[in-house]
Formats: sequence, C-alpha cells, structure tokens
Amino acid sequence: MAGKKQTKAKADKAAVILKKEEYSIIGKPFPRVDARAKVTGEAKYAADIEMPDMLWGKVKRSPHAHARILRIDTSKAEKLPGVMAVITGKDFGGFRWGWSRETRDEEPLATKKVRYLYEGVAAVAAIDEDIAEEACELIEVEYEPLPGVFDPFEGMKEGAPLVHEDRPGNICVEYHWNFGDVEKAFAESYLVREDNFQTPRMAKGYIEPPAIVAYWSGGNHLTVQAAKGSPYFPYRILANCFNLPLSNVRIVQPFIGCDFGGTKNDMVNGDFSAVMLAKKTGKPVKIVYTQFDELTVCLRRHPMWVTIKTGVTKDGRLKAIQTKVISDGGAYTRMSPLSNYLTGICMGMPYELPNFKTDIFCVFTNNPSSAAMRGHGIYHTRFAGDVQLDMIAEELGIDPVEIRLKNAIKNPEPGKIYETINKLTLATCGMEECLEKTAEAIDWKEYKKGKRVKGDKAYGMGFAAGGYLSGTKLSGHNACAAMVRICEDGSINLMTGATDVGQGSDSVMVAMAAEVLGIGLGDIDIKRVDTDHTPVDPGTYGSRVTVYAGEATINAAKDAKRQLLEVAAKEFGVKPDEIEIKDKKAFVRANPQMNMPWERLVRMACYTTPGMVIIGKGQSSQGISTYGLADFNKGIGNIGTNYSFTAQAQEVEVDLETGVVKCTDNSVIAHDCGFPLNPPAVDTQVVGGAYHPGVGAALYCEFNMDKGLTLNPNLVDYKLPRAYEAPMTKVIHVITNDPFGPFGAKEASEGSTCTAPPAVINAIHDATGVWIKDLPAKPEKVFWALKEKREKEKK
Amino acid sequence: MKGEPRDLKLMVNGKFYELKVKPKALLSDVLRNNLKLTGTKRGCLESTCGVCTVILDGKAVRSCSILALQANGHAVTTVEGLADGDKLHPIQEAFINHGAIECGFCIPGRVMMAKALLDENPNPTREEVKLAMHGILCADVGYVKQIEAVEIAAEKMRGGE
Repeated sequence: MAGKKQTKAKADKAAVILKKEEYSIIGKPFPRVDARAKVTGEAKYAADIEMPDMLWGKVKRSPHAHARILRIDTSKAEKLPGVMAVITGKDFGGFRWGWSRETRDEEPLATKKVRYLYEGVAAVAAIDEDIAEEACELIEVEYEPLPGVFDPFEGMKEGAPLVHEDRPGNICVEYHWNFGDVEKAFAESYLVREDNFQTPRMAKGYIEPPAIVAYWSGGNHLTVQAAKGSPYFPYRILANCFNLPLSNVRIVQPFIGCDFGGTKNDMVNGDFSAVMLAKKTGKPVKIVYTQFDELTVCLRRHPMWVTIKTGVTKDGRLKAIQTKVISDGGAYTRMSPLSNYLTGICMGMPYELPNFKTDIFCVFTNNPSSAAMRGHGIYHTRFAGDVQLDMIAEELGIDPVEIRLKNAIKNPEPGKIYETINKLTLATCGMEECLEKTAEAIDWKEYKKGKRVKGDKAYGMGFAAGGYLSGTKLSGHNACAAMVRICEDGSINLMTGATDVGQGSDSVMVAMAAEVLGIGLGDIDIKRVDTDHTPVDPGTYGSRVTVYAGEATINAAKDAKRQLLEVAAKEFGVKPDEIEIKDKKAFVRANPQMNMPWERLVRMACYTTPGMVIIGKGQSSQGISTYGLADFNKGIGNIGTNYSFTAQAQEVEVDLETGVVKCTDNSVIAHDCGFPLNPPAVDTQVVGGAYHPGVGAALYCEFNMDKGLTLNPNLVDYKLPRAYEAPMTKVIHVITNDPFGPFGAKEASEGSTCTAPPAVINAIHDATGVWIKDLPAKPEKVFWALKEKREKEKK
Repeated sequence: MKGEPRDLKLMVNGKFYELKVKPKALLSDVLRNNLKLTGTKRGCLESTCGVCTVILDGKAVRSCSILALQANGHAVTTVEGLADGDKLHPIQEAFINHGAIECGFCIPGRVMMAKALLDENPNPTREEVKLAMHGILCADVGYVKQIEAVEIAAEKMRGGE
C-alpha cells in the first residue's frame, strides 16, 4: 500500500493551511469576479468576436446517415461572388483524430463515407454568412446510400451493416469486470430482483451553440478563439492536424456559455473547417453553429439499456449487484470508452457492496456520436440502482430512507480510508448525514403518513442517493499548474490553465489565492486561458478544476508568499515562518505591533531588496499516474481524487387523468462537497447546474429519432425545464473536510445531477404505485402505466 | 430590386442610427453585426431560447424573430443601454449581488426581460416574475436566484431597500 501512503502524504501538504475559523474569504459568500462583465453585456463569447477582414464559414452537411461519398464538385460554389475558399476533407491529407491514440477514427470532414446524418463533407468561407450558406447549397456531392444501423441491439446482430468496416459487430468498446462472487451471493440472498431500465439520448442543454474564430499569422502561427471548455484539447489536436509545434498554437479563451461535457471539450467539423479556411484565405474565419446544428450533429448523452440484478439479505443489506449495460455510442468513438467505463466503476458507491459483476457494451450506430455529459456515465446506473432499491424496499417492507441508511458507506474516521470492492478509496463520505438531513428537512416521518390522492391529483415523495468522483484521474497529461505574479503596486495576476465555463472557477481560484496571500478579492486579476501564456491544463471535465487547479493555485500563492516573507523577515529581524499576512498587512505573529502594509512589503521586495520579480509557481500532481490510476481493463482503482455525495428528496404531483407529472417546490438536496468554498455558488450549481437538468432528465428531455434523423431539433420540441418546471429547492451543505481537496473541498454538484431522476421516479411510485423504468417519465408513459394498473386492480 | 439593401432609421440606447440593411436582416443581426452591440446574444435564431431579448418601444421582444426593417422608426434598448454610465441599473446590481449569474449567456436577454416587466408592473407577484422568466432558458443558475433577483430589484426600484 505504498502508493496510497504517498497519495496521503501529498494530500496533507496540499490540504488546509489555515484553521477554518481564520478564513477571511473561503467558506463565506463572495461575489463572482466576472459578474459585472456579464450583466453589462461586455463579456465577449466566441460568437461575439469580430476581426478586421473576417470571413464567415459554413459547413456543407450530408443528407444521408450512412453513405459512401463518390464525388464532390465544388466548382459552382467557388464561382459564386463573395466566396473566398471552399474545402473538402481531402484538404486535411488523411488526418484522423480521436479521444485517445487508439481511437482515432474520425476525419475533420468526411472523405470516403458519412456515418451520421448531417456529417460535414465540405466547407465554405465567404464575405458574409448568407453567401457562405448559399455556396454550400451549390456544392454537389454524389453519394451511394448504404443501409444503416440505428439501434445498438440491431448493430450487435450478425450481418448488421458495419459503421466502421474494421470494427466487427459494431463494438465500440466493451468491459467485463468481476469482483467477489456474485453467484454465491445471489444464492445466499433472501431476495433477488432483476429489472431493466433505460435512459434516453439527451442534449447537453447549453444555450450557447459552438462557435469559433480562427486566424493565422506569419504563415505558421495559429490563433483560435472558440467556445471550448477545455482549450488544451484543440491546442493539441490542431497542432497535430496542421503539423505545428505547440509553441505556435495559441488558443485564447473567450467567455463560455456553459459546457456540461462532450461537445465543448471536443472538436466539431466547424472547428477544423474554420482553421483550414483561414489558412487557405489568409484571413480570419468565423463559424457559428446554430441551435439546429447543435441539436442534430453535436455530441449527446449515451442512451443506455441497463439490466440490473440485485441480491439482498432479509433486512435489506446489499449482497451483490450484477449489471449488463448496452449503450449507443453513435457514429464515432469519441469519449465512449470513458463514459462506459464510468457507468460501471462507481457501482461500489454510495452503498457498501461486497460483490459486483458487470458486462458493458458500447455499440456503433449511424446516430450522432455520444459522449460525456454532466453526471458522466454514473447517472445511468445510479438511476437503475436507486429505483431498484426502492422496489426492493417495498418488497421487504422497509422504509426507503432506512434501506439507504442501512447500506450507506459510513464516513471513515479521520486518517482512515474506506475502500470499495474495486478499490476506489474514500477519505470522507457524508452519505449518512446527507440522508438523515434530507429526511429531517422534508419531515418524512409526517409526510409518509399523509394522504397520497387528493381529487384527480396524486402526491408522493421519492428519495435517492449517490456518489460522484472529483478530480478525475486519467492517463495522459493530467497535471496542472498556476502562476501568481505580484505587480509592484501590490496587485496580482493569477494565471491558471483552468477554464471557467460558468461554474465559477475563476472566482474560486481568485478566492483561494487571496486567502493564502492575506489580501482581498479585488487585488487579484485572473487571466482567462491563453495558451501562449497560461500553463497547460487538461481542461474543464471530470469535476477536476477545483481540486486540481485549486491545489496548483494554493501552491503558487504559497510560493509567492514565501518570497515576500523572506523580505519581511529581514526587515523585522525574525524568521519568515514567524510572520503572517492577513487583511493586507504583514505582521510578526508573536508581536503584531511589528507590521507593515501589503503594498509597502511588495514595493520593498520589488525595489529595495536586490530588485525582485516575484512570480509564485505551483503545481498539482494528485491527478498524475505516480499516485495511482484506474485500470480500465479490470475496472480497479481510483478514478477520482476524492468523492462527493448527495441525497435528495423530491415531491411530485401526478395528474391521474392525463399522466402529467410536476416536481413541486417541496424538495431538499443535501450535498457533501467536502467544504463549500463559496456557499451560494455551490447552491446555484446544485440547483441550476444539476438539480434542474436532473428534473429535465426525469420528466422531459429526450431526442426522438427516426433512422438517424432527430425529430425534435429545437428547444421547444426538445423540452428543457423552464422557470415553471424548475422547482425552488432547498440545499443543505454537509461538511466533511476532505484531506485530499483544497481547503477540504471536493467536487460540487456534478453528483447532484444523478439523484433527481431516481428521486422523481421513486416519487411517482410513492404517489401512484406505478414504476416508470425508462426515462423520461413523459405523460403518455405515466398515463398508460396508470391505466394498466387500474385494469389490473379491476381484475 | 428584391434583396437590395434598404434604409433603416433606428434609435438604439438613445442614439439615432441611419443604416442600409438587407430586407432579410434580423434585428439581432443588425444590432450585433452593424452596430457591434454584441451584448445581445445569438442563441437559437428561432424564438425558443430568448437570449436575444431586447426592448422595442417598451416591450420585450426576441430580436432574432423580428426583421430589422420592422423596427424602422422605433426605439430599441439593449443591455448596453441599461446602466447609467458606470452606475449599474438596480436589476443588474441585484443579479450580481444575489448570485444570479453563472455562465452569463442568457443574462443580457434576461435582464432586459426583467426591465420590461418592472417598467410596466413595478410590483409583480412571483407568478408574474416566473411568467416573464419562463421565456428565457437558463442552463446553469436554475431560475431560483434569478426570480429572487428580479423581486429584489423590484423592491429597490419601488424605493424600498
């Protein structure tokens, strides 16, 4: 267990550096650093960027979901006045890209074959957007349509059309893991249940569609400003694609209108096209996707079919779980290996589980590609597991809160570690407390006794619990760094590679640096990512930013502070560690009379001493492989640095005539994010960034498909929760102070996105007695289920 | 000739503009591309998300679903016209102070929607605020703080604190 000790030692260094009661900023409400720019309209998002001489680009898309490309004729488009360049996939010289080296199966624009409807095959740059669009219509493409496969079960059958000729059975990725002895455990179980659940394909739900502006200078320097949540992805991919040294690729981060994983982590046809068109024309090229593009070609949440078999003892303790998961990966691999991995890896949370076996298959189809989405992978199996747990509780006559409390992983004693069956290690787990506080806040004991049916409406309460990884550990480059540059007037530039996509990381990084340095939020200016200047960082995904970029920021601030304290020590004639800086004043701890203002100390350091240039540097290295990585083949090992926990109670109102379900305001979420660094920001994340999308997943969100065609590609027919559908919930913070997170923090809120769907489905059952096992619980499903139940009862 | 640019006279944020625009140009295109007022966001272009909301003669409208020429001779207020110089409008202040902003993409449209509401109805019920906010999608803050922020601003604008 040497590896673990090392991890622990490392974490202790990064952990809390002050006593909590001494914090000036952290843990108290503080305003976001970017709020003013956003509320005045000054904040520039990618689509707002304009350059002199800029051209507009458009992507020509395939009208077939699966077809061979026989011929592309761009001559008519090229002749249209105002058109400056036309490109096809051939311009990229056979370049293919993907999530990892082994999965490079996609071209910037398809050359030989299209694999999903509206895949890009060519692109145009013109003097305005209308001409670019008109030119796309003039590009002639001859196709040989091929039979397609649109369902993973069909795709796995022998003789099914192959999406990729070199991938037999259309298998994109599969995992088979076995821990303990599930057969023996099932044989010993008092009750064994097997149920099938289904989650639909979903949109990410952000309102800002992808956009990019690209330009070249000096022939071999590329600059890109795009709506990207992980700017160092395009940094590497574009360097490869255009054969540039990384030093010549500059990605500058505009403001980002949300991310939620998938598309904005990754590349779209329009990104490659804009860069190639800019290279060809020598001018800046802008491509802005429409919401229609977003909803027809961009990455989606995997639809998954989950078969779950669970064995329990008579008193409701979990003995074993066996799952079989089939998912639709769509046309290209993208992040499917990770999504499908995650759907199995966290089954050992949030309940103690002694035996677990799983078989996971992700299948290629001619649907748009699937990828990460907030609640990544875990959402599907947590839904299945937490609904089935209520079914089991009902069969055994156990209260739903009691069965969860009985199985919940207990918070380890300080210094101890809980290890799941597949060796995920938890230093803290507030699951029990989350459940207890939720049940108490909702007054479950009283509610339980109440009447369910009132007129033509039924009311019910549902519970769910879950755990989520924080600080994802992946192979590849997973370290990050921060720099704190102290200006001679005492103001500070903070540079990290982390991207604030709306979650508030810029504000939290500023707060952490200010707390360490003993200065105010207003003294620090954080730079958005500019790969020419900011340190490399993996990106905004896997709930990794606060934990890793936070640790790097703390270390950078400590490094800068150390340099200042050396100067102060000389002045006061004491040792550096005898001095503290607080409220912009440096003072000797034992004799606070000996003090000097922050500005004076900085000026002294910069001028009167030999003339210092103070740059603090810090790294985070908990994410790198030295500290243990998960084994993808075996499903063993830590995927996170620490783990958050959530319990939710949700009341629904079911219209017994129409089947329409509403979530009422009577709901509570208790969230263990370790320590909330900015409590109101955690609240909005939990409510808006997790709970409401969770309500959407439970009741509304689903792409309707017909042979690869998206039937509801707009935000009315694809329904997202609006103000009326978004309940006003109550958030409770459960504080566990994780030793592996900055100031005790773990990820905040991604885990909370996984608890709403099972809570809502369990609430529908509590209200009406019907089980909806395939999401979302749209009125027609509930209507038929209620009808079936009534007819059964008549018999 | 069909499609030829036509004259457009427009008052935007108290400033008078004379432009030539294509008949098919949307009000949002003209605000963003011609007048460089990119505070008004380009969202869905089909009246579903509401982030392009501006005020036209006192009414909140979706500028992606109005032709610029339909606004000929009318007055438009965008988010850039909301603050009084450096002094933020009470709605803007409430959104900042109440933590009602995350990614911020819907915020320009949302605060304009709030202004149109409060100008017409200084003392709205929660249902009326919800109804106004219903037309604008948010993906991250989750409406709760936004609805409360509008109520806080309403109180301040009525003269309370």
